[in-house]
Amino acid sequence: MKHTISVLVENQPGVLARIAGLFSARGYNITSLAVGETEIADISRMTIVVDGDNRILEQVTKQLNKLVDTLKVNDFTREKYIARDLALIKINCETKRRPELLEMVKVFRGKVIDLSPKAVIIEVVETEDKLKAIIENLRPFGIAEMSRTGTIAISRGKK
Amino acid sequence: MKKTGAQIIVECLKKEKVEIFFGIPGGVLLPTFDVIYDSPVKFVLCRHEQGAAHMADGYARATGKVGVCIATSGPGATNLATGLATAHMDSIPMVAFTGQVATHLVGNDAFQEADTTGVTRSITKHNFMVRDVKDLATTIAKAFYLARTGRKGPVLVDIPMDITRQTCEFRYPENIKMRSYNPVYKGYQQQMKKALDYITKSKKPVIYAGGGVISSNSSKELRAFADKLGIPVTLTLMGMGAYPADSDLFLGMLGMHGTYYANHAIQNSDLIIAIGARFDDRITGKIDEFAPKAKIVHIDIDPTSIGKNVIADLPVVGDAGEVLKELNKLIAKEKIKLNFKKWHEKIRKWKEEGPLTYKNDNKLRPQYVIEKIHEVTGGKAIISTEVGQNQMWAAQFYRYNYPRQLLTSGGLGTMGYGFPAAIGAQFAMPDKVVFDIAGDGSIQMNIQELSTAVQNKIPVKIAIMNNGCLGMVRQWQQMFFKKRYSGTCLKEGNPDFVKLAEAYGAVGIRVNTKKEVVPALKKALKINNVVVLDFRIEEEENVWPMVPSGKPIHEIMRGLA
Repeated sequence: MKHTISVLVENQPGVLARIAGLFSARGYNITSLAVGETEIADISRMTIVVDGDNRILEQVTKQLNKLVDTLKVNDFTREKYIARDLALIKINCETKRRPELLEMVKVFRGKVIDLSPKAVIIEVVETEDKLKAIIENLRPFGIAEMSRTGTIAISRGKK
Repeated sequence: MKKTGAQIIVECLKKEKVEIFFGIPGGVLLPTFDVIYDSPVKFVLCRHEQGAAHMADGYARATGKVGVCIATSGPGATNLATGLATAHMDSIPMVAFTGQVATHLVGNDAFQEADTTGVTRSITKHNFMVRDVKDLATTIAKAFYLARTGRKGPVLVDIPMDITRQTCEFRYPENIKMRSYNPVYKGYQQQMKKALDYITKSKKPVIYAGGGVISSNSSKELRAFADKLGIPVTLTLMGMGAYPADSDLFLGMLGMHGTYYANHAIQNSDLIIAIGARFDDRITGKIDEFAPKAKIVHIDIDPTSIGKNVIADLPVVGDAGEVLKELNKLIAKEKIKLNFKKWHEKIRKWKEEGPLTYKNDNKLRPQYVIEKIHEVTGGKAIISTEVGQNQMWAAQFYRYNYPRQLLTSGGLGTMGYGFPAAIGAQFAMPDKVVFDIAGDGSIQMNIQELSTAVQNKIPVKIAIMNNGCLGMVRQWQQMFFKKRYSGTCLKEGNPDFVKLAEAYGAVGIRVNTKKEVVPALKKALKINNVVVLDFRIEEEENVWPMVPSGKPIHEIMRGLA
């Protein structure tokens, strides 16, 4: 089962290696990982998406908690939360297919953020599922390059 | 007053009341060792950094204090690694200092550079690299705090050379608080009440206790708890001494080389009270068939130990000592009295059916030697072991009645651990007899420390169970690989251990026959020097009983005994 885990950590050198190490030690491939600052300057939030056996993931969650630099671990899978991914997609699109492409981008609530004679760059902020759908629909136009963040997530309601 | 980084390191050791530390200097540690030259904290020069780490570890296990060691950058640090991993697996409080190349060279493949924090990340409780002399004192204070609190463990502090030369105002933090690190000591009252419910409802309970009881200094509480309720106790290798071996309720060790009766008690029990133990694979055997009828109450300070291998019916997160104290209070308050007479009767039958024994004939057998070591030391020696057959015989045939009496690498299984650990323990306890029970294979893994022991007049006794081979692996080859002794024969290459001891300035005694054992041991005890006893034991002696790996622990083979 897929889990979205949020880990608040002290922003210390080596902390990413410690956390990645816990997953690799158990033979888990991290599907996505996003790290960024939080409202508190020296605390970072890591959002980790990982697929695996529930019991072993519970163990990994406990081990994450045990790390000296970890402040809090939340497995969002059991809570209400909002998650988003961001993708930047470059399409080598000839001028004559552009209207069709722009229509598609509009339908999926994407944004064109750069235009040049031979390429269009599209920005999409969506849930991972939706993002997948968008990418599938853009593929026929010829995706030249794509860059994606990992999922970031936050719980709903009051803190 | 401003101090250099090197001075700050030594000031911190003083603040932490460190009496002794073990290590080897090196290029990047020159400024630090220049300060150590005048330091009141005793420094012991070892012959290999692995030895230094095990000495710090042996000192820590024997005293309960934090053991300290120091090594230079690169090879010094990587040589420490086995010692750190050993301490990490057994939750031993240690602080290791490593020198590092100067900050501007880090990551440049400089001379004697290794990524020490990277290499040791997964084999320490935590590690730090100090990047600013202003952080040095606080970092060291944190290292000691982390090592000795919660589930204890080794913490490494990597210090680049330039930091040891820079200066800053020295202030040692009195109290360390880390918002991201808050170990839980007290168990939830509710969970402890439930634990007592489980106990009062059970008919066949067993206490299964481990190193956590020793680490939390709570063997008295364990004894009160078990004796008050009349619950039989089995111990892990790490737990030996946490409950007196001479008590009627004692079942001995459990698991792969556990006793017949401990394993049968566990497999037939209806309640296992696990205290400071972690259901390691050497304990459980085939996990699906482990204690099939038992409910499990699991008391541990480390939540990650609970539910890792075996699902607990009742988890109690907390320090073994705190939880036991609270349970004992509850038992007294509610005047709980229980009667497990039928269960005791059943256990007595298993004890008669499968006692821990060996073929006591005219041959020189290791079990006999260890029984005699027990006898001549009045059961009061500190015993360290190497790893393999010697370790299992030492666990089975010396009767440990006190905590911190057996020093052994349980989790990692480090050959070469016992001798340096014995030296560390003897430094801490000059009035005790310290014996390293060794094999001829493992003693050679850190034999260079004979030099350290002789130089410091540390009169450790080494009892080599010399069977000319790597005995435990050979035993498995005998049993499961048609006696094809691949890579396990040492005999033709073994040194003359008596001459070797003499070459180092120690005393060597060879023992070929059974009747020489007691006189040799008595003689060794009178010698105020390192003594190497070379016991030429039966070469194909095996460790019994034994559960083959992958089998449930009641399918225990009793061998000849």
